[in-house]
Amino acid sequence: MSLFVPNRYRGKLIVVEGIDGSGKSTQISLLSHWLRSQGYAVAFSEWNSSPLVRQATRRGKKKEMFTPTTFSLIHATDFADRMESYILPLVKSGAIVCADRYAYTAFARDVARGVGRRWVRNLYRFAIHPNLSFYFRVPLDVALGRILGGRDALKYYEAGMDLGLARDVEESFRIFRAAFSTNTKPWRKRWGFTSSTPPCRSKSSNGACATSS
Amino acid sequence: MRKPQPLQFYSEPLPGVDTSDLQGKLIVIEGPDAVGRSTQIAQLRQWLEQEGHAVLDTGMARSALAGKGIKMAKEGNTLGPITMTLFYTTDFADRLENEIMPALRAGFVVLIDRYIFSIMARAIARGEDRRWIEQVAGFALAPHAVFYLRTDVEHLVSRVVLGRGAFDYWESGMDLRFGPDMYESFVRYQTRLIKALDSMVERYDFTLIDASQPIDRIFRELQRQIRRLQLLRVRPRRRLAHKAQA
Repeated sequence: MSLFVPNRYRGKLIVVEGIDGSGKSTQISLLSHWLRSQGYAVAFSEWNSSPLVRQATRRGKKKEMFTPTTFSLIHATDFADRMESYILPLVKSGAIVCADRYAYTAFARDVARGVGRRWVRNLYRFAIHPNLSFYFRVPLDVALGRILGGRDALKYYEAGMDLGLARDVEESFRIFRAAFSTNTKPWRKRWGFTSSTPPCRSKSSNGACATSS
Repeated sequence: MRKPQPLQFYSEPLPGVDTSDLQGKLIVIEGPDAVGRSTQIAQLRQWLEQEGHAVLDTGMARSALAGKGIKMAKEGNTLGPITMTLFYTTDFADRLENEIMPALRAGFVVLIDRYIFSIMARAIARGEDRRWIEQVAGFALAPHAVFYLRTDVEHLVSRVVLGRGAFDYWESGMDLRFGPDMYESFVRYQTRLIKALDSMVERYDFTLIDASQPIDRIFRELQRQIRRLQLLRVRPRRRLAHKAQA
């Protein structure tokens, strides 16, 4: 059974993935500006940004109410709303939709929190298959440096503090993100990302790789 | 699909959750909109408490996490079918982990007004993939009993018109416009819902209750069925004694 629904429409879906601080948001923003300047209709959708679901997610995070399962489900709900009311209609209409994070983020994150691998993948089966996926690889130290340079502290869930891996936030971030990378590794190839590290590294400093499918 | 024992997960164990110390009883009342579920639950609760049981009753969209969000989303009428399914599943998961399971650990009788079956039936009635939603909802605990209050659409229509005097937007499936007006959409949507629930009777061990009977007779039948479950009385947990010795 295929992972997602094939994109049979005129529009295209471009996805960037990578850990926090990998530079993917900066690049997708530059990319969408460039595409727009080339005369394409471009739309942008960010992970965890549905206006319908946002309040519930915010409440849950603020009060630290989430379990691995509800954390996974609320993000899938958010994704479903963006898919049903935004991404899909736009792709149908012929636009290029740029997505900052996609279902792969959930596959890696939720599994790192102990949620069943097959269960999470089934959860996102309604998503449309991206035409192009970029995976931003970056050493953990560089990512951490960028995050801490940009703002004061790591956020609770971003660092996987809910898992009780370590009492120190930075230490927890390192352990959690290492688990995250391990979880994505065997699947990157199957999901349509290239995993050929050396040529990609020589091309750019932040090590973005791309494939089309 | 294999049928799990009561208080075991259907197909997907919740991460980090131990079911071995669950000891209460989990009783589900299912059925379409306006069939009289909440009336029965209110009476059952009163009866069970008089009999000396600790009772928790819970129902859809009542979670601390997602209850408010669902109500707000429904007011906007912009809720897509998959989003709705997942929002209700989030709400259910939050109640399962934070209300239902703690109550079962403490030996409560938990009465649930609609379980995953209504979430699944609504998804199926809206054309979603059955296997998808069955797997998504697979982390639910198998209940001790599922009482399915069943009746036909004509009876539901008369209950809605007599009882409330108007059709509800969502109960009529107006988000997908099953018919040209609220009445026809209600009939078509509820027919699909009943069909979807009917298809689960054997698979999920539903006990059928004829909901076209008078309220008292339905109640007496539920009482008779629940007595057969041999509910435990509230009493100190034996496990605590073991731990104290160790």
